[in-house]
Amino acid sequence: MATVYVDNRAYEMDGEQNLLQGCLQLGMDLPYFCWHPAMGSVGACRQCAVKQFKDEKDQHGRIVMACMTPAAEGTRISIRDPEAVEFRKAIIEGLMINHPHDCPVCDEGGECHLQDMTVMTGHNYRRYTFEKRTFRNQYLGPFLNHEMNRCIQCYRCVRFYREYAGGNDFNAFALRNIVFFGRDRDGVLENEFAGNLVEVCPTGVFTDATLKRHYTRKWDLRMAPSICVHCGLGCNITAAERYGMLRRLVNRYHGEVNGYFLCDRGRFGYEFVNSERRIRQPLLEGKAVSKEDALTRLRELASGSVIGIGSPRASLESNFALRSLVGENRFYAGISGAESRLWKLMLAILRDGPARTPSLRETEACDAVFILGEDVTNISPRMALSLRQSVRRQPMEIVEQLHIPEWMDHAVREAVQEKKGPLFIASVSATRLDDIAAHTYRAAPDDLARLGFAVAHALNSDAPEPAGLPESVRALAGKIAGALKAAKHPLIVSGPSLAGAAIIQAAANIAWALPGTKLAFTAPEANSTGLAMMEAPAFDAAQADAADTVIILENDLARRFPASEMEQFLARFRHVVVLEYLENATTAKAELVLPAATFAEAAGSLVNNEGRVQRFFPALAPSPPVQESWRWLGSWNEFDDLAAALASAMPQLAAVTQAAPSASFRMTGAKVPREPHRYSGRTAMLANISVHEPKPPADPNSPLAFSMEGSPDQPPGALQPFFWTPGWNSIQAVNKFQEEIAGALRQGDPGVRILEGGGSNPGFFDVIPAAFEPRADEWLLVPLYHIFGSEELSRYAPAVSQLAPHAYVALNPRDAEKFGDEVELLGQRVPLTKVAEIPPGVAGVPAGVPPFAGFGFPMWSKIARLP
Amino acid sequence: MPEDKPLTGNMRPDGQALDREAYERAGGYQGLRKALTGMTRAAVIEEVKASNLRGRGGAGFSTGLKWSFVPETVPHPRYVVANGDEMEPGTFKDRLLVERDPHQLVEGMILAGYATGADTGYVFLRGEYKLGAQRVAQAIAEAYGAGYLGKDILHSGYSFELYLHLSAGRYMCGEETGMLNALEGKRANPRAKPPFPPVSGLFGMPTTINNVETLCNVPHIIRNGAAWFRGLSRSKDGGTKLYGASGKVKRPGLWELPMGTTIREILEEHAGGMRDGLRLRGLLPGGASTDFLTGEHLDTPMDFSEVQKAGSRLGTGTMIILDDQTCPVGMVSNLEHFFAQESCGWCTPCWSGLGWVERILRAMEEGRGQPGDMEKLAFQTRFWGSGHTFCALAPGAAEPLQSALKYFRADFEQHINEKRCPWK
Repeated sequence: MATVYVDNRAYEMDGEQNLLQGCLQLGMDLPYFCWHPAMGSVGACRQCAVKQFKDEKDQHGRIVMACMTPAAEGTRISIRDPEAVEFRKAIIEGLMINHPHDCPVCDEGGECHLQDMTVMTGHNYRRYTFEKRTFRNQYLGPFLNHEMNRCIQCYRCVRFYREYAGGNDFNAFALRNIVFFGRDRDGVLENEFAGNLVEVCPTGVFTDATLKRHYTRKWDLRMAPSICVHCGLGCNITAAERYGMLRRLVNRYHGEVNGYFLCDRGRFGYEFVNSERRIRQPLLEGKAVSKEDALTRLRELASGSVIGIGSPRASLESNFALRSLVGENRFYAGISGAESRLWKLMLAILRDGPARTPSLRETEACDAVFILGEDVTNISPRMALSLRQSVRRQPMEIVEQLHIPEWMDHAVREAVQEKKGPLFIASVSATRLDDIAAHTYRAAPDDLARLGFAVAHALNSDAPEPAGLPESVRALAGKIAGALKAAKHPLIVSGPSLAGAAIIQAAANIAWALPGTKLAFTAPEANSTGLAMMEAPAFDAAQADAADTVIILENDLARRFPASEMEQFLARFRHVVVLEYLENATTAKAELVLPAATFAEAAGSLVNNEGRVQRFFPALAPSPPVQESWRWLGSWNEFDDLAAALASAMPQLAAVTQAAPSASFRMTGAKVPREPHRYSGRTAMLANISVHEPKPPADPNSPLAFSMEGSPDQPPGALQPFFWTPGWNSIQAVNKFQEEIAGALRQGDPGVRILEGGGSNPGFFDVIPAAFEPRADEWLLVPLYHIFGSEELSRYAPAVSQLAPHAYVALNPRDAEKFGDEVELLGQRVPLTKVAEIPPGVAGVPAGVPPFAGFGFPMWSKIARLP
Repeated sequence: MPEDKPLTGNMRPDGQALDREAYERAGGYQGLRKALTGMTRAAVIEEVKASNLRGRGGAGFSTGLKWSFVPETVPHPRYVVANGDEMEPGTFKDRLLVERDPHQLVEGMILAGYATGADTGYVFLRGEYKLGAQRVAQAIAEAYGAGYLGKDILHSGYSFELYLHLSAGRYMCGEETGMLNALEGKRANPRAKPPFPPVSGLFGMPTTINNVETLCNVPHIIRNGAAWFRGLSRSKDGGTKLYGASGKVKRPGLWELPMGTTIREILEEHAGGMRDGLRLRGLLPGGASTDFLTGEHLDTPMDFSEVQKAGSRLGTGTMIILDDQTCPVGMVSNLEHFFAQESCGWCTPCWSGLGWVERILRAMEEGRGQPGDMEKLAFQTRFWGSGHTFCALAPGAAEPLQSALKYFRADFEQHINEKRCPWK
């Protein structure tokens, strides 16, 4: 720590930091634009100017930029100095010269950092009398609006897009006061994290195009802390409602998980909640029935011979409610046997083995990474953004030697240039992290596993060695092992995406061969890890379980089975009951369909890939008869009773009660309001129906209120419905909610970790697959993942589905020679794509994309030439 | 070689460049031979320090001191870059040097490379200097042919590669860190300092950047010694200086004269005085980004400290003369238009303020000046103060404007009051 004098008062600041961060940390209001807590300082906007004095005798001082000046011991600055005040005001005046002042029609209005900073500096009178510059805006795809006239040239967007997220189809063009931030021509932004520009841009240049279609101001939104359901990383989000509709999601800062950023699937996949395919009424044999009739029928069926099929996308509580209803022995996990075996294996590795799963923050600090089998960007996307930061760690040694502080972003990047720490990728095809990889290796799944085993053997000769490995692969294994060994924080990333136990075992062997190595598995669905921890058998085991009725929880079996097998499976039951939010192939087969609440209307807990139990809360008030699945299935009146029952029934998940404060939590006797203090129209919104203002919906399940009344204090992070403090209306207000800037939230980051590793090495896995042998007349079909298209729920969001691919089969160009532009595969006619990275003998098929969504890849299949 | 004009004395009167042989006949590459065969790097730096050679690009920093900032222990590769992106309005001195005696620059660069332990040099030349580029390229080829460049130069064990790079054409490319970004193929935005280029420069490696004229002096200093070089000057800054004059003088041009020659001598003896019928109103002593001086400053010696005392800067040493029949507002408007055009768009005071000032001045010239404009202009010159902006472009743009507001205030007010330009 360093003593820094601000306006002649001594404060303690982190001496490794800059003055801006130090001042914000202390709660001072110092305006800024180009600085970003995750991206550091570049000194462009000059908004955070303060006066610096040499010593206590110096009366004159000089203007410096707080973001570019270290908080060194004894530094003396003034924020209130009249010259500094005038300067900061003049900066805003300059930024405003060309700004259109269109706040009333701007989607950013009311949560605009530029508005906040303008008010903070006191600039209010326009002296510029000339014409403003104007730009032509671009079409950037279904996620973002582009309104360049509002731009204040802070360069945050281009820094995030290119330097932080690794995109290259977006840039700063031209110069002086006409710098244009966009693409070289109209088109969909290619980077999977482009949606963050909504929050990175301090004003309304980049706004949420999905929000625009059902626009609501921040102050009119009813918001709740939630968890993203579009993969298993558990990114924290704020879900926002008005008029019973989910309006948008924004990032909810979590110091260990998502930090400041989300992926575009997570940000824009939410519209499935508003889908026309939503099931709003109970359906009995296709006809709408009352809630009471539906419940009566459910009770009848449940009292007979019944089994339950859970879901990796349903909460722990809903799964547990089904388990309780049907009995522990007749509850089956909603995944196939093959997938279930993988999850059991991964769970055992993480629970019993020595390796610990890093949080995404810890992932960013890893300095050598080996990705074995996964296309991370397309499976658990947010992790890829963290891995992209990890390759910056090793070159930081250079920066340290040159005494350049890490926050001085461009100086760091100039010193580091293109140098990157070691990242090795072994995959079946190209991945979106290849551009930062030291080496990529493409092979069939078994060969990927063999490389993994070879790396483990190179690290520790006790680990078994694959026989007959080609010299080049052995050399590569040695190189990877060497890089991991040389690292301070080595990391192995693997996962279930290629359905290969051998790949996962090889990853574990590597992690165990080199003590201290961290091990991260991707997780495709929101509660994949949580469901695995419930330790239920896979639902194909139910084949042997003769029952009259099957109750299927939030699970489309068409994504677990090929269509014919699914029909065979369901035909075994006289009664099929489905709890679901969206019409799908499974609800179409159901006798009774119960309308289930989505994440946006429900409370529940999910376990992410690192074993962190996190709670989500409803943003939408319940709209009967839609209700949480656990409510349909059980008789718990309050959520906390359910969570307590779960905790006592399943000790391994006992932490579920700790994931967030219980419903009885109060701050100075009051609940946490979901609506901001400026929420408007409360008395008018429903006046067309009744002039009597309705009572706000009750929420006995959480400490949150569906109201603007409640405590104005900051709740614990797990209950934080939105980031907003006086003078800080935009999401940049998060500074005021953190223990330290870019650190943990006050009162701790939400969630409880229940998988910590640290066990002893249970012995290396020693079943090594034989080398892959291409077949003469068959191809090994492997799944290729797509961030937009492979995940089930986001496919129902119009903006995401626009970018989803149609079915195809991808072959190595030489394998493709014998076919035309289209082939027949698994009885379907599909276009053929040539992909140089696909190994010979292997065919790529898009994962989760109809008509192949239910097949269990990898599998061997013929590919037929079409006449 | 005429002893008093080391930089230009050998140049051929027919406008052709000296080839290697001619350059060698005039003593060329002797300094290099002397350094590589008999002097340590430290000794070369000491000699240059002792010569009082100060940077000719405008900032006037001690060249020897700059070289000493690259310590022995820093990693390789290290770079030397010659800043030949001569885009300062009114400045055309480096052009003469690269077109007429390119080997002098090549030798200077090798010496700078030797002194700083550099492996590679780049001549970053203004793109429009096509003839200069041709001649520098020719000189580099000849130097390679003669073993002055490449591996193991003159069997000294020292190796140095030299490349010519033509600027894509922006004023910002002449700002030394903007130039590094341009060389790396990036936007020519300036970089934050610290770290300074000797610590983290081109491609993140230690880099020394000198102006073309600065480098051209080095061979002579090494060959003839620091004492000789100091003796060329009439001031405490060593050597000669290329002084120039443009504007409505009788003989606009460029002359190599002892450092510290007075403005009056340059203007009256070398430029031949004002054209008949015109009187001097003011002058920018060292290019567009220096403060105006006036008739009362004519006896100021043109060196770094004396011009500063008079309230301006030596800058590039090439004067722009304002006469009494030319509108000073128009002149300043033209200059600010240039700076506004060339702002890279990085920091707010520069890109926002210059665009605004440009418009105010144009409006004044077109008879649309408003009461309050003077205050707005004056405010912007303070707003662009040193340290307020990311680089020196806007502070440089402030200099002619702030001094014009001081010396020609009545002209500005006349524009506003009469709603016209009195010269039109």
